Amino acid sequence: MAPVKAFLGWPLVRQVMGADRLGRGHAAMSERSRGLAPRTTDADEVVDSICPYCAVGCAQKVFVKDGAVTQIEGSPASPISRGRLCPKGSASKQLVTSPTRVTKVRYRRPFGTDWEDLELDTAIDMIADRVIKTRKQFWEWEADGKRTRRTLGIASLGGATLDNEENYLMKKLYTAMGAIQIENQARI
Amino acid sequence: MPGLGTSFGRGGATTNLMDLQNSDCIVIQGSNMAEAHPVGFQWVVEATRRGATVIHVDPRFTRTSALADVHVPIRAGSDIAFLGALVNHVLSNDLDFREYVVAYTNAAAIIGEEFRDTEDLAGLFSGYDAESGSYDPESWQYVNAPQAPAAGQRDPAQPGGPHEERHRAARSETAGSGGPAVSAKPERDETLQHPRCVFQILKRHFARYTPEMVEQVCGVAPEQFAKVADALTSNSGRERTSAFCYAVGWTHHSVGVQKIRTASILQTLLGNIGRPGGGIMALRGHASIQGSTDIPTLFNILPGYLPMPHAHEHENLDDYVAGDAGSTGFWGNMRDYAVSLLKSYWGDAATADNDFCFDYLPRLTGNHGTYETVKGQIEGRCKGYFVVGENPTVGSGNGKMQRLGMANLDWLVVRDMQLIESATFWKDGPEIETGELATAEIGTEVFFLPAASHVEKAGSFTQTQRMLQWRDKAVEPPGDCQSELDFYHELGVRIRRKLAGSADEMDRPLLDLVWDYPRDEHGDVDGQAVLREINGTGPDGAALSSYTELKSDGSTACGCWIYCGVYADEVNQARRRKPHWEQDQVAAEWGWVWPANRRILYNRASAAPDGTPWSERKKYVWWDPEAGSWTGADVPDFIADRPPDHVPEDGATGPDALGGQDPFIMQTDGKAWLYVPVGLADGPMPTHYEPAESPVPNPLYPGQQGNPAIENIKTASNPMNPSLSEVFPFVFTSYRLTEHHTAGGMSRTLPYLSELQPEPFCEVSPGLARERGLEHLGWATIVTARTAIEARVLVTDRLRSLRLGDRTIEQVGLPYHWGPNGIVRGDAPNDLVGLALDPNVHIQDKVGTCDIRPGRRPRGPALTAYVADYRRRAGVVDPEEDS
Repeated sequence: MAPVKAFLGWPLVRQVMGADRLGRGHAAMSERSRGLAPRTTDADEVVDSICPYCAVGCAQKVFVKDGAVTQIEGSPASPISRGRLCPKGSASKQLVTSPTRVTKVRYRRPFGTDWEDLELDTAIDMIADRVIKTRKQFWEWEADGKRTRRTLGIASLGGATLDNEENYLMKKLYTAMGAIQIENQARI
Repeated sequence: MPGLGTSFGRGGATTNLMDLQNSDCIVIQGSNMAEAHPVGFQWVVEATRRGATVIHVDPRFTRTSALADVHVPIRAGSDIAFLGALVNHVLSNDLDFREYVVAYTNAAAIIGEEFRDTEDLAGLFSGYDAESGSYDPESWQYVNAPQAPAAGQRDPAQPGGPHEERHRAARSETAGSGGPAVSAKPERDETLQHPRCVFQILKRHFARYTPEMVEQVCGVAPEQFAKVADALTSNSGRERTSAFCYAVGWTHHSVGVQKIRTASILQTLLGNIGRPGGGIMALRGHASIQGSTDIPTLFNILPGYLPMPHAHEHENLDDYVAGDAGSTGFWGNMRDYAVSLLKSYWGDAATADNDFCFDYLPRLTGNHGTYETVKGQIEGRCKGYFVVGENPTVGSGNGKMQRLGMANLDWLVVRDMQLIESATFWKDGPEIETGELATAEIGTEVFFLPAASHVEKAGSFTQTQRMLQWRDKAVEPPGDCQSELDFYHELGVRIRRKLAGSADEMDRPLLDLVWDYPRDEHGDVDGQAVLREINGTGPDGAALSSYTELKSDGSTACGCWIYCGVYADEVNQARRRKPHWEQDQVAAEWGWVWPANRRILYNRASAAPDGTPWSERKKYVWWDPEAGSWTGADVPDFIADRPPDHVPEDGATGPDALGGQDPFIMQTDGKAWLYVPVGLADGPMPTHYEPAESPVPNPLYPGQQGNPAIENIKTASNPMNPSLSEVFPFVFTSYRLTEHHTAGGMSRTLPYLSELQPEPFCEVSPGLARERGLEHLGWATIVTARTAIEARVLVTDRLRSLRLGDRTIEQVGLPYHWGPNGIVRGDAPNDLVGLALDPNVHIQDKVGTCDIRPGRRPRGPALTAYVADYRRRAGVVDPEEDS
């Protein structure tokens, strides 16, 4: 009987004899593919997000398992994107998991020829010291007899993938610092 | 932004992507929407399914063109001549929507006798000062305006001097929400016959922009022009509407603002603004470009397009408000917005007695834009630099200038997810290879701090149709990675701690700053608390629901007045996710749109002056006489209970001065501006000028080749190709591919995307390939006065040889995403770009001239010698000697 069973199990036979005449469903499955499931089905959590590339603002669903992103897909609910993502949005999981992503602080001392390690806490402290020093060094109360209350010693250039809340805190802090050369990709 | 801002009152897309499906005709120009905004393009496709005509005007045949009814190849940089001819076509054939034009625009306004047009002065407007290369707009005013421009717009210290003009230019972006102030409502001739009314001035200004001129300037045949003109005019009016879509193909030019202005004029004349299926869809290129100007990290504005104060004009809050608030329209309430911002910055320290700490704000004295700043770095005037989620050595124009600036800093902080070129320039930048810089001689201290990704932090982006959409946090950032929110908050905490106890007056703004934000269980700053501060709170501490609630007495605080309402009812409205299948087409309960969740701006104009819809087919917002209010599919962009026949009392100010037929409520006169009497640095009307580098003369104004008010960046590393040079005979233009993103930091580092587009290339026509001996899939070297780069050659009919009268023009197409780092690498095309800036927004031309030769570029010091030889042969002037 075994040869008959094997014969009946052939995809072509299943396609001809079964309901899946076009061979695009069950008829085409093997033992292995029958057991496969999308990695989205066993996610611990599905989180609503927005694509960070262009400004269309496609809605994303971020699938998380064991504290790691396992998949990012388009969210069908969005009236703008209706579930679609372009190649960049579809690849955006790799933004998070890219093999070349750097997750440790790197430091290059003046005239240094290579990167060095540095603790994050130390780095932020050093940056705070440098801001204070440069700010004072280039402080300007007046220009052409008019009050300016500023420093031209410190500048900033931000990308346009920053959140509104981030831009808000940046502009607020820089303005209080007296730094005015605060710019953004929006000009570039 | 000032292109739209000065025309309509707000510098945002007037419509939204979904509404494109209601268009009868869509013109896509200055954008390759199908490839650069693929998912948004589905709404163009929906429109074609409903019978719309789609027109793509672009130098290249792309996937956008493939799905359009008409593709019009055009010479890069010649858009104003093309659009201006459409304006002329409409005006000379009486094809404008006259009832709309008379009621809703400044067509009837009468301009002063002193005004002279470019037609009178061979390509210049009146008020030009050749020495400073800038305009005094005094003679551009409405007839009954005072002799001087609106108060506060002049610099009493240096009248007419370059200093003043620079400042005026720097002000343009304040039109992001609220048009520039004119001091009075203009005298009008409703018959549009007065020789000095805007309508007649406009008609004369564009009279020579004919189809024949279009052929000569743009390389577009008259039959093709006629096709576009017919499609557009036959699909505009009461029953039908047309939309325009543009992207950086318009903005990245030394006349970028005026390109958008020309489209604004055209769309206004056709009655397509504020109506379903109409409008101008500005396609922004990054997730939150719109947000980055609304809540700016830009030098010249504060949140909500309030101007940064200027040293010579704004010595106190009264000066500041008097100078910049229009007395009529919603900008008339500027004091409320400004005081509420100062309260959100300095809280209890800001009181009526101390001008709400107005003096804590640093002042501008001119252009402090990014390219001026880089020049300052090269000259040693700016020594500390934060580069945050940005890769200027690849993404900004003239990469060498960027690197030379960075090599001359004391310290540089780069925050990114990858070791981008801007972080490693000292080690492996192109100048290290050529020997122009040596690692051991660069004194810049570099901190690379790893950043959190978009799923590792919660926050909002403002996308291209002014919509804020909140992202929840999915996972914790790995290792040292941190959001900008946490980094800047922590930096502020430490700076304040280190300065605590300082008695120095310069430290007061830091020490008095409101900088106390709640943190979540991971110790991260709660972004929703920041969004709530942006939204604003009232005297009882509760979240406000509308900017009309803001007060100037210090009882309200608001971090960005145009975002007021995003946290209404203590709910994060940007986080709303009601599926589209549970809503109508407007989908008002998905995300939140500024202002006040209005999805189509100026939608009062979707109804006729009497308040009834223009037509049943284009019904959107209308007056309900029984309810005594405006109603319809969208939130009315108007005072809800102001009847259509309302005539304001004489002397009314602020919103009270708006009549029932003034749909452009942010403009001081309530009208769309066909002519901009104040607010732009390079003229009240658009004029065709050639790009700073062009292979052809300007046939419209033979004596005026380029934008007379152009801003040049004069530094040794920014030499410009002379126009009409035989050494640099071709046009180059740069653009995006679907599979990569801008300077590549977010795409050349991803294996999937790197595999899809592995190598830089240039696109050339078969004609150019023959002329220069370029081989398909071989190498080419592309040269400008700045440098030379190499790329693979793609010979394709997608780029056509264009006939301009008796000459042929060849264009070189350059996808600009590559740089020396990342998984896939190559030379950075932006290194070719010279900096000559639009005087309104200080943005560079992305077109220029070049040479192209077969083969790879020279290596090492031979490269600089090769480019120097080109400069010598072309007679390039050393920028520092050219004054």
